[in-house]
Amino acid sequence: MASTVWIFRYLWLIPALPILAAGIGALLKQRQRRFAATIAITSMCFSFVLALVAFAHVLLQPERSIFNFPWMQFGSEWVKLGWVLDPLAAVMLVMVTFVGLLIFVYSVAYMHHDENFTRFFCFLSLFAGAMLGLVIANSLLLLFMCWEVVGLTSYLLIGFWYERPAAAAAAKKAFITTRIGDLGLLLGMVWLYGQTGTLLFYDHGAGCMEHTALSLLATQTVGFGMAASTGIALLIFCGAVGKSGQLPLHVWLPDAMEGPTPVSALIHAATMVAAGVYLVARVYPLMSASSSASASAAASGAGGGALEVVAWVGALTAIFAALVAVAQDDIKRILAYSTVSQLGYMMMGIGVGGVAVGVFHLIAHAFFKALLFLGAGSVIHGLMGEQDIREMGGIRKWMPVTFATYAVGMLALCGFPLFFSGFWSKDAILHAAYGWNGSRVPFYLGAIGALLTAFYMTRQVCYVFFGARRRDPAPEPIEPSETPASDPHEAAHESPAAMTTPLLLLAGFAVLLGFIGTPAWPWFQDFLDMRRAGLDFGQLAENGLLPLMLVSSLLVFAGLGLGWWMYGRKPIQRAANADALEQLQPAVFHALSKGLFIDELYALTILRLAWWIASTANWLERWLWSGIPVAVSALTKGLGWIDFSLDRWVVNRGFDEGCDGVADGGRLLARLQDGRIQNYLRLLGAAVAAFALFLLLGHRG
Amino acid sequence: MTALAGCLLVSSMLFAVGLAGALTRRNTILVLVGIELMLNAANLNFVAFWRFGPHAGAATGMIFVLFSIGVAAAEAAVGLALILAVYRHTKTTDLSQLTGRPQ
Repeated sequence: MASTVWIFRYLWLIPALPILAAGIGALLKQRQRRFAATIAITSMCFSFVLALVAFAHVLLQPERSIFNFPWMQFGSEWVKLGWVLDPLAAVMLVMVTFVGLLIFVYSVAYMHHDENFTRFFCFLSLFAGAMLGLVIANSLLLLFMCWEVVGLTSYLLIGFWYERPAAAAAAKKAFITTRIGDLGLLLGMVWLYGQTGTLLFYDHGAGCMEHTALSLLATQTVGFGMAASTGIALLIFCGAVGKSGQLPLHVWLPDAMEGPTPVSALIHAATMVAAGVYLVARVYPLMSASSSASASAAASGAGGGALEVVAWVGALTAIFAALVAVAQDDIKRILAYSTVSQLGYMMMGIGVGGVAVGVFHLIAHAFFKALLFLGAGSVIHGLMGEQDIREMGGIRKWMPVTFATYAVGMLALCGFPLFFSGFWSKDAILHAAYGWNGSRVPFYLGAIGALLTAFYMTRQVCYVFFGARRRDPAPEPIEPSETPASDPHEAAHESPAAMTTPLLLLAGFAVLLGFIGTPAWPWFQDFLDMRRAGLDFGQLAENGLLPLMLVSSLLVFAGLGLGWWMYGRKPIQRAANADALEQLQPAVFHALSKGLFIDELYALTILRLAWWIASTANWLERWLWSGIPVAVSALTKGLGWIDFSLDRWVVNRGFDEGCDGVADGGRLLARLQDGRIQNYLRLLGAAVAAFALFLLLGHRG
Repeated sequence: MTALAGCLLVSSMLFAVGLAGALTRRNTILVLVGIELMLNAANLNFVAFWRFGPHAGAATGMIFVLFSIGVAAAEAAVGLALILAVYRHTKTTDLSQLTGRPQ
């Protein structure tokens, strides 16, 4: 029995160690910086080693092992939690711990001058622990708990520099926007529990992702010809939309770049935002149950399954975010929109091609996007907090290592043919989209998105690294925003080794990872599906794969060439010059740079609606509901006046005299009532104590 | 010592801590915190008596406490709102200055 293997029994240690580190970190004093970083990194190292052992275990025995335990009794039912170790979880564990470890090391250098260094590492560890818990959860409930802790740490870290109003607002925006998605997830969870009576994914045939429950769900219809499984899957997908920044809930992710750059790399590029994709991959049986049911019922014209929605949302997000990224000027915002776009690709990959296609892109993207963000952080670090790409230029001379690794990451993201991981993973998605039986449109959207990706990354690299320095080489120190800067009089400089080493490692993986998932040797995909992979170059020629690869390569080259022609051909001279695209199409450029006015649209519709409801309620409260009491009180007042007159003129003064006597007595007692509330409480306590004493002694006697 | 006695001991200690806080603190918010502690001591008693009582199967004690916690949350909200209103009026939360008499 595999569950007796020790690594499996102690799988819970992987998330528990970083959480423990966070707990210890929370108790440290502000100046115990070295200890805070040491304990966080040590815990992450141990988790990484354990994750590797778990990965090796799955590699040797490709099967799914689960461990469930009762958590609490509610009424007559036991709510169970558990963890699961299967190829999907193992791959994610290794990715999260490895990328996390590199970013922890990077953060030591990046946050070196921040006075809240210990708090930063406490949050980072808590995030890592919650993310790892999310990965190994075998229960939607446990996953949801970790999901919310991850959301909380995201909020805390976006607002890490909470003195800045923009950071505080961005943190609130991220938290509230993802809550909207989480509401859907919670509803889906409740519905699922109501239908199947369990939230465990796998429970030896009784879990909600296993055949019995799924066939039950797929046969029930809830109206409009929709199966119950479709409804639940769509609700759960809502959560993924919120967390992974898909349309229409993507608005928080670009703003989340207000956080420190390692946070952007770890949380808002590599791991947390991928949690939504992971969730969809985890509940893939549920998603596909609805679509296979609707495929069998296709004759009855039953609407698309959940997977079709996933594919469409992903495709639209991919093209939308790629368009917007073209016109951004902040180095991190470009990468943020690029992340949104790539997450769209992952969703599309899962929607059209299954778990393996989407998760392969997830893993590949995690490495090269973490690389890009850390590279951007290195640039920002070297330029003392500058984030506007128009102000940069010519940095490759000062920061050769950063430039080289950034170029690797950029080529991987663009999907430069053959030698970079992004090419293989993106091509797998495009290939799956091409063969999708739903519609050909997502394929075209994805292909155009690939062109745009190459274009905007070329634009960014040309702006940042090529040409001449467009800013005064001795800048005045900037406000304490993103300033881990050492010496304000020093010109741009290469970052310390603690920052460049993670860059180099990540760059290596950005290249190498591609070779475990090529069509000729689809080791990664087969590993996820628990099959053995064989090397077969014949696969390359099948299914029109070769022409497709040629087309996507041509698109990438077209994007790179167009970008170079517009931005790199002649160096950009002055920061104030209009963008080359802006000169061509000012209106389009403006709309794109504003993110196609989605924020403004929300401000005009949803926020306006909320404001309108609130002010209506306010008006009702003020005039209608308080009008009734005013009328009643006026009536009472009238009656009171009659009473008063009667009292005054009919009841004789002798009664008044009696009252005076009582009032004198009252005045005497009022000395006790000195208005100090704690004296009253003391009296009360003494009385209670005396009473208790009396009861005790009375019992004895 | 039985488990029930242990629970009761913890809850009475919690109550005593809360009472001491409520009696000695001059800051209104901390007094409110003390009161919350005393309330939770009572909640603990509820759960303990239910859990170790003769009818532990029915979830009555837990439901009671859940209600009580819910009411306590509402009460804390009202209390804080009152403190806020008083603070806006008098510009202080020091109880020794809030005697209700003209200063």
